[in-house]
Amino acid sequence: TNSTIRVSVCKNGISNGTLYKKTFIEHFEQAPMYVAVLTFLGFGVGTIFGYLRDFMRAWGLEKRNVATEREQQKDFVPLYQDFENFYTRNLYMRIRDNWNRPICSVPGPQFDLMERVTDDYNWTFRFTGRTIKNVINMGSYNYLGFAETDVNALKTVTIELQKYGTGICSTRQEMGTLDKHVELEELVARFLGVEDAMVFGMGFATNSMNIPALVGKGCLILSDELNHTSLVLGARLSGATIRIFKHNNMQSLEKLLRDAIIYGQPRSHRAWRKIIILVEGIYSMEGSIVHLPEIVSLKKKYKAYLYLDEAHSIGAVGATGRGVVEYFGMSPDDVDVLMGTFTKSFGAAGGYIAGKKDLVDFLRTHSHSAVYATSMCPPVAEQIIRAMKCLMGQDGTTQGLQRVRQLGKNTRYFRRRLHEMGFIIYGNDDSPVVPLLLYMPGKIGAFARRMLEKNIGVVVVGFPATPITESRARFCVSAAHTREMLDTVSTADVLLKLTSDAKEVGRSCVSVTLNLSNSSLHLFF
Amino acid sequence: MDIKRVKDYIYWLYYQYLLITCSYVLEPWEQSMFHTITVTVFAMVVYTAYVFVPIHVRLAFEFFSQIFGGQPESTVS
Repeated sequence: TNSTIRVSVCKNGISNGTLYKKTFIEHFEQAPMYVAVLTFLGFGVGTIFGYLRDFMRAWGLEKRNVATEREQQKDFVPLYQDFENFYTRNLYMRIRDNWNRPICSVPGPQFDLMERVTDDYNWTFRFTGRTIKNVINMGSYNYLGFAETDVNALKTVTIELQKYGTGICSTRQEMGTLDKHVELEELVARFLGVEDAMVFGMGFATNSMNIPALVGKGCLILSDELNHTSLVLGARLSGATIRIFKHNNMQSLEKLLRDAIIYGQPRSHRAWRKIIILVEGIYSMEGSIVHLPEIVSLKKKYKAYLYLDEAHSIGAVGATGRGVVEYFGMSPDDVDVLMGTFTKSFGAAGGYIAGKKDLVDFLRTHSHSAVYATSMCPPVAEQIIRAMKCLMGQDGTTQGLQRVRQLGKNTRYFRRRLHEMGFIIYGNDDSPVVPLLLYMPGKIGAFARRMLEKNIGVVVVGFPATPITESRARFCVSAAHTREMLDTVSTADVLLKLTSDAKEVGRSCVSVTLNLSNSSLHLFF
Repeated sequence: MDIKRVKDYIYWLYYQYLLITCSYVLEPWEQSMFHTITVTVFAMVVYTAYVFVPIHVRLAFEFFSQIFGGQPESTVS
C-alpha cells in the first residue's frame, strides 16, 4: 500500500531497548495516482490560460496591470523579467483574495474580518466597510488560547503598561535592559529547566541574528530540508558550509555526519571547527515532530552540537507544555541551544535562546540582536510572564495545565475526526498543526472561499511554500476551541468532500445543500 | 424531493469537474471557452467510439476465434 505509517514500538508493548518511551505515529500517506495526474492536469490548464492571457497582454488586447517600464526606458537593460513572475501573475493573482485578509479583533478562537471585495479579479481590492463577525479562527497560532482580551487576565499587563509605557528606545547593551527582562529570563530558564536564557524582541530575528554569532566560516551546519526561512537565513548569513539532510531522516543525517568527520573541510581536509545540527520541534507545514532521541544519540556519538527551534512546540506539546524535550521525556541538558518564540503559544511577540550559562553569556555580548536591535517591550514581557506563570501553576490556579490538556484533547479529537472522514492528514498525531492535503490547484481557492462563507477562516498554502503537487490547508488547533467549534469545522469539510479521499474510503456522493436562489449557478459564491 | 436530490447531485458533479480541471479559477469568458473546447473534444471522442468501437470489437473477435477455433466456416449453409 502507498501509506507510510511509522510505528516504532512492537505490538506487545514498549520494549526496553528502544529510544522512544511511547508510540510515535506519523502519517505521510501518499495520494492515489489519479490525484497526482489530475493535479498536473489542473496546473496544465492554468498554464495554458496563463500563456493566453500573457499573449493578450503583450499584444495590447488586454489592459496590463503589472509594473512595466516607461517608453523612454525601453532601450536600457530590462527592469522586469516578466516570465519569472508567470506563476504569480497568472495563478496566484486569481485566488489572491484568500491571503492577507485584514482582521479587526483579537485573534482568539473567533475573530472579525474586514469584508473585502474585488471588481477586477483580485488586482485591486476595496473594503465595503462591513465586518464579518465571529469567524472561527483555524489559522492563528494561538495554541494555548492566551490571545485574549479578558480584563482580569490582563490586569498585570495593564499595570506594567501604565508603569513603563511601550517604548524602550534602546538596545540591550546600551540602556534597554529592564528589570522586566531579567525577571522574564529567569522565569524562562526555570520553565525550561536550564541554567540561563536570553530574550529578544522578534522571533525571526532571534534565529537569523544569533546563528551567525554562534557559527562562522570553517563550521558545518547540517540543516533539515524543511527548516524555516529564519533558520536558513541565519545559516546563510553566518558564512558556514551548509549541508541539507532529508526531512526527519536519521540515516541521511548520519551519513552526512560520517562524511563530515571522515573527509573534513572541502579542500584542506582539516577537521571542521564545529558541526551544528539545526532542527525544529514541530515543522509547521508538515505537522511532524522531530525525532529527538535519535538525533541526540547521533549528536553524542559524533560530538556535534544541536540547535533546536521550538517555535511551534513550546507550550503546545509535552505533558506540562515544556516542548518536545519533555514530550520525549529527555533532559534539556542534551540539547545545546534551545530556541523558541513567544508568538505562538504565549500570545506575545519575541523569542528566546536558552542553554548553559556560558552560552547565554556569550550571546549577551556577541549577538547582533543584542547589540543593534531594540529589546522586548515591557507590556509584552509581562504578558509572557503571566502566561508562563499560568502554565507553571504559579498564579495559584490549575488553568495552565488545563489549557495544555485541553489542547491535547482538541488535537487528538480533531485529527481523529478528519481521519474518520477520510481526508489525508500529514504529521504526528500529537501535533496541533494539522495540514489537510488538497493537491489540486482549483481546490485551494475554492476551499478557502467556501470556508469563509461558512464563517470559518483557514490558511491555505500552495506552490512556493509546499511542493507543487501537495498544496494544503493548514489548521492550527487551539486550546480555546470548544468541541462545537471543532465539530462545525470538520462537518463543514464534509460538504467539500471534493478533496482528496484516502485510499480506503471510496468516493461517496454527498448531497450539497444549496440555495439556488437565482437560476444562474455562478451565484453560488 | 427526488428531483432536488438529482439536481444537487448534478451540480455537485459539475463543481467537481470545475475543481479538478482548475477551471474554477478562470474568469467567466475563459470558462466558457474552456467548456466549449472540452465539450467538443468529449463529443468527438464519444462519436468516434460509437462509430468505430463495435466494428473493431467484431473484427477482433473474428480474428481471435479464427486463431483458436480454426474451423473454416462452410459457405454452403
